[in-house]
Amino acid sequence: MTVSYENSKAVYEGIRAAGIRSVSALPETWLGLLLQRIGDDPEMRLVQVTKEEEAVGVAAGAHFAGEPHLMLMQNHGFLAAINGIVSLAQLYHVPLCMLIAVRGHFGEPYPWHTRGGNVTEEVLRALDIPFERARDPARVARQIREGYTLSRSSLWPTALLLTRDLMEDYP
Amino acid sequence: MERRRCIELIYPELEDKVVVTIMGACAQELYDLGHRESFFYLQHAMGLASSIGLGIALHRPEERVVVLDGDGSVLMNLGTFATIARYAPSNLVHVVFDNGSLLSTGGFETHTTSGLTDLAGIARAAGIAHVAHTDDEMTFGEAMIEAFERDGPSVVVARVKAVGPDHYGMDLHLPENAFRFARYLSDRRQS
Repeated sequence: MTVSYENSKAVYEGIRAAGIRSVSALPETWLGLLLQRIGDDPEMRLVQVTKEEEAVGVAAGAHFAGEPHLMLMQNHGFLAAINGIVSLAQLYHVPLCMLIAVRGHFGEPYPWHTRGGNVTEEVLRALDIPFERARDPARVARQIREGYTLSRSSLWPTALLLTRDLMEDYP
Repeated sequence: MERRRCIELIYPELEDKVVVTIMGACAQELYDLGHRESFFYLQHAMGLASSIGLGIALHRPEERVVVLDGDGSVLMNLGTFATIARYAPSNLVHVVFDNGSLLSTGGFETHTTSGLTDLAGIARAAGIAHVAHTDDEMTFGEAMIEAFERDGPSVVVARVKAVGPDHYGMDLHLPENAFRFARYLSDRRQS
C-alpha cells in the first residue's frame, strides 16, 4: 500500500484554496503526506491532538476566535469524538468541517479497520451529519470548499470521507 | 477554600479576559456574579473546556484566555495538558478546581479524592512550565496574579471543598451563549 503523493497534494491544495489556514489533526497513515505538507507550510497552523475529541474543542475555539478551521482524522477517531461532536458542536451550533480518512471499506487488508469501516456511514447518518465520499482528485478541492461552506451556513458538522481511491495509489 | 470564593476573588480581573468554564457548579457560580459577553459556559462535553480555551488562545494571541476547569472534567481529557504544553500559548491560564468530587452529578468521589492522584503533578510532567498547587485563598490569589502577568501558559490547581450553589439555571440558551460569545470576540477584533 502506497499513500498517494499527488492526491495528498490535491487535498492540501484544496484546503488552502478553501481559505483554511488552521488545521487540527490526529495523524494516521493516509494523512501522513498531507500532514507533512501542512506542517511545512509556514502560513498554516497545525494543532496535533492526543485524541480526536480534543480536536472538537480546538475547532470550537477556532470558530469562536473567527478562524476558518478544518479537522483531520481517521474514521475510528471520528467514532472516538462523538460526544464532543454531539454535546459541544451540535448542542451549541458550532460548525465543524471534518476530513475523515475512512478505513475498512472495500480493499481493506487490515482486519482491525473492518468493524469501524462498516459502521462509519451509518453513524454519520444517525448523527444527521451531511457527508460525501471523495474519490476523484479533480473534484476533491471543490468538495472540501463545499463541505466547509455547508458547515458554516448550517452551523453544523459536515464530513468529507477520504476513500481508498483517493488516498492510495493503485498498484 | 471554596470555589465560589476563588471565583469571586478573580472576578474583577476577568473583565478584560475571555473565559471558558465547565458545566454545573463552576458555571453557575461565575454566572451568579454577573454574566459577561466574554464568558462561555460549556454545559456538557466534559473535558473540552481547556481545548476550547487552547483553540481561542492560539488564534487570538492578543486576548488573555482563562479556563475554569474541574477535576472530574480534566480527568476526562488529560491529554489536554500535553497539547497545551506542546503549543504553549502565552495567553492561556488554565485553572483546575479540584474538589475531589463529581459534585454536579451526585457527589461521587473522583480519582483525586484521596489525594493519591496529583493533577498539578500531571500538568508538570506533561511539560507545562508554570504550575501552581494552592489550597488557601492567599496562595490562590498570588498564583492567579502571577499567571495573569506571565508570558506563557499556566496551570493553577486549586484544592476546594466539594460544595456548590443551592440552585441551577441561567437566563441564557446554550446556542445564544455561543453566538454572543463569538460575536464578542469578533467585535473585539474589529474595534
